[in-house]
Amino acid sequence: MEQSHSQQHPISIYLKIWFLLFVLSACSYLVDYFQFEGYLRWSLIIIFMLLKAGLIVAVFMHVMWERLAFIYAILLPPLALLVLVSLMSFEADYTFLSRLLFFGDG
Amino acid sequence: MYSATEPSTNKSTRHLVSDWSSDKDAFKNISWGKAMMWIFLLSDTFIFGSFLTGYMTVRMSTTTPWPNPSEVFALTIAGHHIPLVLIAIMTFILITSSGTMAMAVNFGYRADKKKAASLMIVTALLGASFVGMQAFEWTKLIEEGVRPWGNPMGAPQFGACFFMITGFHGLHVSVGVIYLLIVASKVWRGHYDITKLSQNMTNDNQENTNSAKNYQIVEITGLYWHFVDLVWVFIFAFFYLW
Repeated sequence: MEQSHSQQHPISIYLKIWFLLFVLSACSYLVDYFQFEGYLRWSLIIIFMLLKAGLIVAVFMHVMWERLAFIYAILLPPLALLVLVSLMSFEADYTFLSRLLFFGDG
Repeated sequence: MYSATEPSTNKSTRHLVSDWSSDKDAFKNISWGKAMMWIFLLSDTFIFGSFLTGYMTVRMSTTTPWPNPSEVFALTIAGHHIPLVLIAIMTFILITSSGTMAMAVNFGYRADKKKAASLMIVTALLGASFVGMQAFEWTKLIEEGVRPWGNPMGAPQFGACFFMITGFHGLHVSVGVIYLLIVASKVWRGHYDITKLSQNMTNDNQENTNSAKNYQIVEITGLYWHFVDLVWVFIFAFFYLW
């Protein structure tokens, strides 16, 4: 591994990641094309999404070559969004049930 | 204690603590330009995160069925009805542009400015074609009667989510294209060459003689572009595939 102040890495690693991103995109499109349903569909979508996001952040955005202090400063704060997501999913469930109760099968 | 010249290879917690407790700067070996771009991208993460969470909330709470994206975004090409085909092409175009951008960053650090600038222009052209396809998609949906307040296919919230999320992303791509073209033309004209920079270059906690340092602007531009691609990964998964 090299020093982070000159982010110069072999071209081959970019080409490999590029190829992997193509394969993963094709896979996530095929999930829709073959009309997978239910938990299989959701878990495949999430897995392909996280793999693609991880590869882009780690290699294309050079995060895997940065110092730990910087990695934590970038990657920890977005986890706060998970709190928002969980709060809003409770709220959405409540709204949905209220709508069923007051508007019938609307 | 730990000087800026120390390699970043050591990922121990001891380094983490000493970086954060050091007097002047927490981010060793990272120029202010790069750190600021990352902080901007972090704030953008929260904007898109809030949009997608808002979309989740309305989709979960609606009692009318959500329009099936697979059907809404299907196209008939040469007599074949292909689901979601335009979105798939847009995804591949954005991934391709991310790859050419990564190559541009690499050639920038090799101080090969012609190749770096050319690859950035290719990236910008791919980004522009992405925006063109998005304009086509918007036109198609508007002609089919999709509005922010309702649509003929199902839940009325669909239009509001679609136009807000893809519109904001498209704005980011458009801005990125302009940003890329500006930086590419500056790189091409030799604006970042060592001889020109050495006169007013500050000692950014590293040696000035490193010629690759001058092309760090290519990496910073690349960070923005990869982020735009990253956001599309999440929009593609949650809005189009879900």
